[in-house]
Amino acid sequence: MYDAPHTERDVDQKETKIAARNVQVFYGDTHAIKDVDVDIEDRTVTAFIGPSGCGKSTFLRCLNRMNDTIDVCRVEGEITLDGENIYDRKVDPVQLRAKVGMVFQKPNPFPKSIYDNVAYGPRIHGMAKNKAELDEIVEKSLRRGAIWDEVKDRLDAPGTGLSGGQQQRLCIARAVATEPEVLLMDEPCSALDPIATSQVEELIDELRTTYSVVIVTHSMQQAARVSQKTAFFHLGNLVEYGETGQIFTKPQDPRTESYITGRIG
Amino acid sequence: MTDATAQTPGEGSRHGGSLLAQDKLTKKRNAAETRFKAYGMIAIIIGLFFLVMLAVSILRSGIPAFTTYAVTLEMSVSEEEYAEAESQLLKTAAYTDLFTRNLEQALLERGMTEGVDQEAIERIVGKVGSDIREFYRSNEDQLGQPVEFQLSVSSRVEGYFAGRLTRDNISESRFITAADFDLVDQLEELGIISSIFDWNFITGADSGVDNPGGAGIGVSLVGSLVMMIVVLVLSLPIGVAASIYLEEFAPKNRFTDLIEVNISNLAAVPSIVFGILGLAVFIQFAHLPQSAPLVGGLVLTLMTLPTIIISTRASLKAVPPSIRDAALGVGASKMQSVFHHVLPLAMPGILTGTIIGLAQALGETAPLLLIGMVGFVAREYPNGLLDGFTEANSAMPAQIYTWASRSDAAFYEKAWGGIIILLLFLLTMNIIAIILRRRFERRW
Amino acid sequence: MPVLWLFLIVVALATVGYIVGRSRALSSADGDNRLLHSLPSYYGSNVALMTVVPAMGVLMLWLIIQPFIVEGRVSGTIPDSVIADGSSLSLVMSDVRRVAEGLDVAVAEGALTRDEAASIRTEFTDVRERLGNVGVALGSDVRPEVLRAAQIYRSLSSTGNLIMTAVVLLVAVGGFYYAWNQTHKDFRARNVVEAGIRVLLVGAASIAILTTIGIVLSLIFNTIEFFRIYPASEFFGSLTWSPSFGGGSELGIWPLLWGTFYISLIALLVSVPIGLFAAVYLSEYASKPVRAFAKPMLEVLAGIPTIVYGLFALLTVGPLLLQVFGDDGLGWMQAGTAVMTAGLVMGIMLIPFVSSLSDDIINAVPQAMRDGSYGLGATKSETIKQVILPAALPGIVGAILLAASRAIGETMIVVLGAGAAARLSLNPFDAMTTVTAKIVSQLTGDADFASPEALVAFALGMTLFIITLGLNVFALYIVRKYREQYE
Repeated sequence: MYDAPHTERDVDQKETKIAARNVQVFYGDTHAIKDVDVDIEDRTVTAFIGPSGCGKSTFLRCLNRMNDTIDVCRVEGEITLDGENIYDRKVDPVQLRAKVGMVFQKPNPFPKSIYDNVAYGPRIHGMAKNKAELDEIVEKSLRRGAIWDEVKDRLDAPGTGLSGGQQQRLCIARAVATEPEVLLMDEPCSALDPIATSQVEELIDELRTTYSVVIVTHSMQQAARVSQKTAFFHLGNLVEYGETGQIFTKPQDPRTESYITGRIG
Repeated sequence: MTDATAQTPGEGSRHGGSLLAQDKLTKKRNAAETRFKAYGMIAIIIGLFFLVMLAVSILRSGIPAFTTYAVTLEMSVSEEEYAEAESQLLKTAAYTDLFTRNLEQALLERGMTEGVDQEAIERIVGKVGSDIREFYRSNEDQLGQPVEFQLSVSSRVEGYFAGRLTRDNISESRFITAADFDLVDQLEELGIISSIFDWNFITGADSGVDNPGGAGIGVSLVGSLVMMIVVLVLSLPIGVAASIYLEEFAPKNRFTDLIEVNISNLAAVPSIVFGILGLAVFIQFAHLPQSAPLVGGLVLTLMTLPTIIISTRASLKAVPPSIRDAALGVGASKMQSVFHHVLPLAMPGILTGTIIGLAQALGETAPLLLIGMVGFVAREYPNGLLDGFTEANSAMPAQIYTWASRSDAAFYEKAWGGIIILLLFLLTMNIIAIILRRRFERRW
Repeated sequence: MPVLWLFLIVVALATVGYIVGRSRALSSADGDNRLLHSLPSYYGSNVALMTVVPAMGVLMLWLIIQPFIVEGRVSGTIPDSVIADGSSLSLVMSDVRRVAEGLDVAVAEGALTRDEAASIRTEFTDVRERLGNVGVALGSDVRPEVLRAAQIYRSLSSTGNLIMTAVVLLVAVGGFYYAWNQTHKDFRARNVVEAGIRVLLVGAASIAILTTIGIVLSLIFNTIEFFRIYPASEFFGSLTWSPSFGGGSELGIWPLLWGTFYISLIALLVSVPIGLFAAVYLSEYASKPVRAFAKPMLEVLAGIPTIVYGLFALLTVGPLLLQVFGDDGLGWMQAGTAVMTAGLVMGIMLIPFVSSLSDDIINAVPQAMRDGSYGLGATKSETIKQVILPAALPGIVGAILLAASRAIGETMIVVLGAGAAARLSLNPFDAMTTVTAKIVSQLTGDADFASPEALVAFALGMTLFIITLGLNVFALYIVRKYREQYE
């Protein structure tokens, strides 16, 4: 077996939330992720960067077993959340995903009202005793999603009627509403304009106080702006992982340097 | 739908709880999940069950239609006997006598001791005398030679074999008695009555209401084929032309919108309405002959056109625009690019759609009834090729309907048998369509 | 068949035209086809098209219009005294046509010479018998006026046919000559031919509209005719349907509408849950092999002709239900043919219809919706019930409406499976009948075509057409709106 994550912890580092060891992902015959080892810390924003098709989104989707919904996808190796292997046969992906929430590339509000969008998670997980509690959760989540002020007067309006940036913040609020411990974000700003992007980035920075946030991005500037740790993926391999500042200023691996200076990607 | 809302919070506490143990709520949700999945599975199973039930009904009730029971007897008639029989007043009776004598002889040879009642034989075997006479009148050279006759049994004896008639439920009459059935059993044991394949069912014409045994589907099959020729010849070119116009040339205006809406609505108009159209326009108005396969073909063409147009347009749409651009790029006209490049590439899809449309038309019944193509007009084969289009005839499904609505249960068996033949045709057409699709389908 | 011959002659002329046009074009360019504006075959096609198309157009129009003119002229010669005794002009005219056809057959068979057919008189010959000899059965003795009219009819028709042949040939030759004359190396044959083909394409596309017009007109005219002899208020107001061919029928539509509605309702109650669950299972749960097997198997149900279902209802399902609910069982059912029988079998027929439409619609819901729901920790069934189905709802409603329209218009299953009694009853095990079944029985019976008992079928057809058309238009609108939402 691999080392238990807590024995590896550095003194100045925060607690490790998710630890991946020797992870391999196959799509049919394609070997999409090769030998990835990574420790993701609590209350930290971790960015996954790399050229398109490098496997960063695939790896992200392994962390809450979203790949289970794809028939041909196969995951090997071990990923632990708080020391428990999430690919253990006894683990119910439904319970896992309640702890590890996800925000997607394209804003995907359900064709329901704003209220119902946010209340969906708490409802299915049975988090509210009554309507008043549910109202409270919805308001809290929308506030955390930094969108409360914009929508508080029209909670019954359909979520699909909002602007792109608002939709994405609604989706974040929706993910936050289930009180996850880890929040995965798959290029959350790629479909947004610059103003909406900066709003979402601010939000991500705030979320760091409560959650461990993992964000996949193709924008190096964004990674530099929001993350404390950065992992660089290339052709399915995790090439380099470390403090964001260090990756961008003193990359150890020549491939990382080529990417950061714009020679590959 | 909202069964999860009523849950008390924090049950089995999600936070800090181990992933490896399922909390109570999750268990409950998973149980709901399993139930829901089971409903889906049950739905599929019900659907498949109906399919199996249908198939079993068809096969079990239909296969007996393809066999019939016949008396097989080898006998020879000498020239003197022939001359004598022909000289008598009741000629067929004379032949019946000859037959009975021969049958008795054969029975004695096989070890039956008691004699047979001639009237009983006549009740069991139908019009045996005239069959034998007809044979010898047209084959005089066979006189004196041993000839094997296969003569079908009367419809009541058929009913006895099929289990519809029993010794208890018949009313004794000059048509049948319970003792006849004993004789039938004996004859069957001796191998004189046996079941044979009933070619007449496949090649014959509809019979009268009192003769279910003689009913065949051959003539209405010809009617169906003639209609299919009409449908194919008309709907394929018209359908393709209409689709090419709508898909490749039509400007976006109210006229084309009108056509589009029309086509999608026509595809959903009940078939019986097309029957009314055929009756009013082709027969009342244009005075085309009633019950003619030509008219049936026209009606079915109008009915099939929307289906063919819809599938043809889909296959035209599937040809990528790059092909058109390439043709236009080397200086072909729009028309040339369509006819030289797009149409040949779309052809397999078009043919597949056409065959499926034809299969639909082949099974259609209701409109044919309205234009008079009911089963009982299918009494004889048309005289010639052109007469096949205009002479009154029926079609397979209408023939089946006519049989199904007769009161004699013996016709039900024929109806099921007819369905087997109809379904064989449909199966063949669909298999051809699938092969075409597999063989020529191109993915861009 | 003179029309067939005429057609063949024109086609032959066109073939000649193709060859001649092609070679004239080539010779005008001294055999060098690079000098031609278009490919040589286009010049040939131009001549061929110009020969065939106008001639065929004239032929078609002539065939449609001539009978009207002839009938108009002939009916003018029939004295009122013939019509007076309780019949109508149209009945007399159909007699005239039948006699005329009989004379045609007699001439063709050689039983009468041409002159005899034109000159025989009922006073001297028993026309009915002589026609009977050649296989033309007439219902009654031929009256002299009718025979006279039939002879005029024949002579006008044959004159008309003669002129038609001449005109059509003239147009064909004219077109031939015109196009041939145009043929020259600088003539833009391709453009002309393509424009011609385009006209043909438009014509083919317009057949859809013509069909609809034909349906509407044939329904409207006969319905008006029906309401002229039978009051509309009774048709829409009476609760009794009891046609009697002797006259004095009560033809209220309500029992038929009720039967139609009741059977369709049962059919939907069977097909919608099964079809919907099957679609959900196939699109969200089923493994690839299961889907590859079950989907086509279910679709087989859709490919089976309705007559098969009708027989299945009459001979399999009906007796089965009778065993359970009949006098030997629960005692609710009198005979095998009942609303339940027809509804159940129709439901089976509609299962694949509902499931494949719903399958398409469920698959049109974007994957992002599913991801969003799974990402929040929802189970599959929660995702389906709370996200996918609500999102697909408009489309599914459209699909159900289309299925309802199918059920309402279905004929063979109800003709064979539902019974013939028109009644307003709530018991689903009673025999009832529907609009479609009555259309069949009223038009295939022995009723006189002009009687209210036969004409009522057109009013029923009109009702059916309007109901299904409304449902279809509405359903297609909903489905289209739904598709646009996710495109």
